[in-house]
Amino acid sequence: MYRVGIDVGGTNTDAVILQDKTVLAGVKASTTEDVTTGVIEALENVIAASGIDRKAIDAVMIGTTHFTNAVIERRHMDEVAAIRLGLPSGAGLPPMVDWPDDIREIVGNHGYQVKGGYEFDGRILSPLDEDEIVRIAGEIRAKGLKAAAVTCVFSGINDAMELRTRELLYRHCPGVPVVMSKDIGRHGLLARESAAIMNASLLSLADRTVAAFQKALVQAGLTCPFYITQNDGTLMAADVVRAFPVLTFASGPTNSMRGAAFLTGLKDAVVVDVGGTTTDVGSLSHGFPRQASTTVDIGGVKTNFRMPDVFSIGLGGGSLVVNGEKGISIGPKSVGYRVRREALCFGGSTLTATDIAVAAGKADVGDKALVDSLAPALVEAAVARINAMLEACVERSRISSTPVPVIAVGGGSILMPDRIGELEVLRPENFAVANAVGAAIAQISGETDRVFSLIDGKTREAALAEAEAEARDKAIAAGAIPETLEVIEREDTPLAYLPGNATRIHVKVVGEMGAYHG
Amino acid sequence: MAESRKRKYDEAALRTLTRDDLEALEIGAGILGTGGGGNPYQGKLLALEALKAGYEMKILATDAIEADALCMSIGGIGAPVVGVERIREGREGLRCLTAMEELIRTPVDAIVCEEIGGANSMSPLVTAALGGLPILDCDGMGRAFPEMQMTTFSIYGHSSTPSVMCDLHGNAVIFSHAVSEVWHERMARACVVAQGGGAMLATAPMQAHFVHQFAIPRSYTKAIALGEAVIRARRQQEDPIAAVCDLEGGRRIFNGKITDLKRHLRGGFAVGDLELAGFDGWTGETASVAIQNEFLIFRRNGVVEVTVPDLIVLLDVDTGYPITTEMLRYGQRVAVIAIPCHDLLRSAAALEVVGPSAFGYPDIAFSPLPKAA
Repeated sequence: MYRVGIDVGGTNTDAVILQDKTVLAGVKASTTEDVTTGVIEALENVIAASGIDRKAIDAVMIGTTHFTNAVIERRHMDEVAAIRLGLPSGAGLPPMVDWPDDIREIVGNHGYQVKGGYEFDGRILSPLDEDEIVRIAGEIRAKGLKAAAVTCVFSGINDAMELRTRELLYRHCPGVPVVMSKDIGRHGLLARESAAIMNASLLSLADRTVAAFQKALVQAGLTCPFYITQNDGTLMAADVVRAFPVLTFASGPTNSMRGAAFLTGLKDAVVVDVGGTTTDVGSLSHGFPRQASTTVDIGGVKTNFRMPDVFSIGLGGGSLVVNGEKGISIGPKSVGYRVRREALCFGGSTLTATDIAVAAGKADVGDKALVDSLAPALVEAAVARINAMLEACVERSRISSTPVPVIAVGGGSILMPDRIGELEVLRPENFAVANAVGAAIAQISGETDRVFSLIDGKTREAALAEAEAEARDKAIAAGAIPETLEVIEREDTPLAYLPGNATRIHVKVVGEMGAYHG
Repeated sequence: MAESRKRKYDEAALRTLTRDDLEALEIGAGILGTGGGGNPYQGKLLALEALKAGYEMKILATDAIEADALCMSIGGIGAPVVGVERIREGREGLRCLTAMEELIRTPVDAIVCEEIGGANSMSPLVTAALGGLPILDCDGMGRAFPEMQMTTFSIYGHSSTPSVMCDLHGNAVIFSHAVSEVWHERMARACVVAQGGGAMLATAPMQAHFVHQFAIPRSYTKAIALGEAVIRARRQQEDPIAAVCDLEGGRRIFNGKITDLKRHLRGGFAVGDLELAGFDGWTGETASVAIQNEFLIFRRNGVVEVTVPDLIVLLDVDTGYPITTEMLRYGQRVAVIAIPCHDLLRSAAALEVVGPSAFGYPDIAFSPLPKAA
């Protein structure tokens, strides 16, 4: 089975081809504004480098930071109607209440609170105010809003009101896509609502982006299906991404860490991914990225996605090196992808971290003669500073004092020393394209996270089994091979401080993607 | 009833809280929550919204109000897991205040916080702000406890009925008399299930001299200072855990990674056990924490070292942010710190209600943590 992995980053588009567990070829190209051109270039180069027949490719897996970057940079986001069903609950905290002002303005700050919602035991909190939904539909038309996000209190227990609201909106403002929170997030109203709103605001970008990927694959003569990786390192079908772009958030660090684990065969390690502008550091535990325990901010908005616990610093191959009054400083300013034009060793006029690595004899890129004039004391001091920065973030990411290897990946990892403190640094083959490898090896998952009422004699075990069956069905529907499914997360949190019988269950299963023979 | 209200304190003694104070309080209340008490985040958002709308939150020392002033203690009751999904309406506490004043036909002079640990730190602020009253700088627990009879007010003889319980729907329930504090707790707990798992409860008002004598003092200033210490340490890249210990006379008793976590339900409360494998100075050692909504018993290498009512606090090793029992996850790296509780919680009368035996550990005797010199 041949699989292609592509990572579309802000700077580079990387591609690899895997034959089962072997990397046949890996290449880098520049990311282009239209996405398509860069993906085609990477695809053509990697197919040529591997020497395989493109008709033999079974699947293409794409990892992209496109949607995360859109939120962080406040670009390409549409205005959205944010409709919450739940009054009188939450009246004091309107939708987007904890968002930074600038992003709330970008999505238009069209928050609506409507009577509706359920209680934890399934009772109706308030009957749905359908007249109000119809009135809001009129405002959506009048304002020309591009999408709507509907979030109902306890929609994890009963999704009927979200479905009914969507039906009413479809009828009264046809053509406007409606995102239901129950499809996106987990228990916890504000975070789930925020995710649903961000998702709705990214729908048209998702359409354009998926179309660009499709176009690139067609132009490269590939007819196999393609998938996009989500934040937990598993895959979504391309059409799913059109509906749920937010599920790709943070897939970049996940892919590079999973790729690092695959390339080295290590299950426990610290992974350091040095890019052009930033360095991401995280821990691998049992082959998977360690998850963050707290809520994760995306562009200043709290979400409750499961994200890898990644620590980032402003150090990369393009980081500016400044010898100022207070000594040497490196980053966070960077020439980024322009490093191949602006760095001294490439004939430019900016002193970057890459020039330091070249002058110190640690890397062989560009023209070493161009950095010969750098004072040895400056180079030495800058190397020491880079090493200290890297050591500090590796120490922070270590799970225990047990020595584990450090895996260096990413295009900027030429900055990495051979040891960090007492820890050995490994540089796997294809280290520069680890994120594309991580995309290529991604699995398929299914997940359930909701509150189960233990009434009418239903036991906790029965509820857990029901949750697992739901998660398995979702994974199989997404393309997983049933026999390969295994449960990787199973949590059951009884609802504290209540003598009632309700428990919140979270189950996640993953499995291998089925081969496609179209 | 506002027109009949006479001010019984000196306005110069009031401290008006700012946005920054509320941000610090969120962290400090989380620390004092000892793993339970619910997340103060949503309560903070409600308080911030009240500030934005022009309301003011003013705290007042317990000795800065006339001795006969009427002080009403208030707190939320219900399941935090429900509360993050079915958010409060926002004016439940104000409705409790109005209903209470109608019931006792006397205006209330100040609001008191039932429980400084966790989410209940914030809701009395909102009640006080909306009601135009000051809030006394104290609380009934000095930390978080799972049940209402566990306040120093109840322990030292105040009868919490008649009480008023208001939910987001607008229902107001009056408990006119309970034969004991435990009965009150039992009835309120049954009522909150019918109300959908969350409500606000105001207990019978106390006179200020009683509050001054029996409340845990300076709760708000302490919690805000704790939060400020964490924020400052992080900003200056110093150890936030040391900063917390310094301030509260606590000490770090373990650094560990969570290696096992068992949870189950008993009588509506989340009960569990946490196992830790030590690192840094504790490499090779193990520890465990018994949980009943809050962290109750800490054992190192199998030996009991700290017990309730002293505070057992778990903080994220790196950030110093408090970790609640609901956030616990395998593989997390935590620092365990122990903080001596207030003397009011250490008397024989108090230990009967909040000591290890009250939580089902009759064989474990409370051995008080030494207070810092």
